[in-house]
Amino acid sequence: MIEIRDVRKAFGEREVLKGVSGMFETGKTSLIIGTSGSGKTVLMKCMVGLIKPTGGSVIYNHDVDFTLLDEEGRKEIRKQIGMLFQGTALFDSMSVEENILFPLNMFSDMSVKDKLNRVNFCLERVNLKGTNKLHPSELSGGMRKRVGIARAIVLNPKYLFCDEPNSGLDPQTSILIDELIHEITEEYNITTIVNTHDMNSVLGIGDYIIFLHQGLKYWEGNRHEVFASTVKEMNDFIFASRFLKEIKERSSGN
Amino acid sequence: MQQFRQLRPVSKENIPLEQIHTMISFKFFEEFGRYLLLMKKSFVRPEKMSIYRKELLRQMIEIGVGSVGIVIIFSVFLGAVLTVQTAYQFTSPLLSKSIIGSIVTNSTIIEMAPTVTCLILAGKIGSSIASELGTMRISEQIDALEIMGINSAAYLVLPKVIAATIMIPIIIIIGAFLQILSGLVVGHVSNVVTATEFMQGSVQYFIPFTVTFAIIKATTFGFIISSVSAYLGYYTTGGALQVGNSATRAVVASCILILVFDYLLAELLL
Repeated sequence: MIEIRDVRKAFGEREVLKGVSGMFETGKTSLIIGTSGSGKTVLMKCMVGLIKPTGGSVIYNHDVDFTLLDEEGRKEIRKQIGMLFQGTALFDSMSVEENILFPLNMFSDMSVKDKLNRVNFCLERVNLKGTNKLHPSELSGGMRKRVGIARAIVLNPKYLFCDEPNSGLDPQTSILIDELIHEITEEYNITTIVNTHDMNSVLGIGDYIIFLHQGLKYWEGNRHEVFASTVKEMNDFIFASRFLKEIKERSSGN
Repeated sequence: MQQFRQLRPVSKENIPLEQIHTMISFKFFEEFGRYLLLMKKSFVRPEKMSIYRKELLRQMIEIGVGSVGIVIIFSVFLGAVLTVQTAYQFTSPLLSKSIIGSIVTNSTIIEMAPTVTCLILAGKIGSSIASELGTMRISEQIDALEIMGINSAAYLVLPKVIAATIMIPIIIIIGAFLQILSGLVVGHVSNVVTATEFMQGSVQYFIPFTVTFAIIKATTFGFIISSVSAYLGYYTTGGALQVGNSATRAVVASCILILVFDYLLAELLL
């Protein structure tokens, strides 16, 4: 599990995170939601150490404060982290197979055969069997995301971070990616944290949801509690579309 | 036009000159400090030697073999032009034509091959390194390496710097040889100096230390081109436009530093 305690981040005079706390449990898909500029990505980058928070703590596995670790200590935690980036961040010069092999080559002492078996297993898991020799430029957006997931899970991570996994995808592919992330989380008992502003994700896979607004946590709960929210900012965000607004009105009318 | 005039007072004209100098000095020291920190982060023991060896080999092929073509074309023509133009200036019958061979050989080894060829290579290799790293930065590939627990600076910068520092002197030696050879051939074919006279002049006034000097220069310039371009690419922020800016800055900065160090090395070693 990962716990964040009063995480703050300022860029010069501008305070982007104003003290955010939360608990992300193992085996559950946790979502950080909020409008653009609410601090979601900054919070996620603080959690994985790509940005150093101005204050607060990020606790991994009950007792390891990531913000206090030196470079070597961080490296050890990072080896247990898999991350899917918004733009997938696949290495352009490498094929799909080489992209997924890369972490294995760096950190495992497996034989070449075992490594290839592991790559093929991961590709099968994300329904991309047979795409080993293709390059990222030859893949569709959804396929690239799935390769990103395969690379993220190849080392059996304890923690999976996904930064806007649905951005730029059609609704059907978005749902497939969400389901894949949710299945993997439960199957491998991973602590998964997803940054999103996709309502399908919120209502489909949100075991634990944090709503950020202007750098503050305005609401927390799960997907079943979303419709019962009384926080105005949260409702404005969730029910921004006319379709969802009508559903809410109908359900409250009943 | 009226609006433009109103905006003018906000410009740097209102800032005292001393303050501008201080700002430029701070900016220079800040950039230089960040450059040194990147080098410190890059020059560490690699996580897995076999992966780095593979990457080093890839970079040596890309930087070295990839630059041979342009260096051949450039060297052949530069050697030819140098011979023809030197001969044009020596019209006196009192001077031996062998002096043409001496001038072409010495100027090629001391200046043309290491410095001028490196200015060309700064354009090719420098922009390539800066744009590659810049693109990796803005597409989060460098962040992905960091998240995997890999020292991205060591993995991306170190092989490039080592490859350039090894390969550029080799390319320069090939370039120097081709320049002298093309000078000899063109001089003979165009009837300005015979091959024997050219060779005689080349050997007669040849100072062996100039070869060592040229290799020292090429090694220094190789390090400058690769490390400065890697620094500018690694710290790119923004989007595609900034990647282009980084590539341009890498070429400009490398060329200026090559000229500065060319003078410093000449003062120190000659």
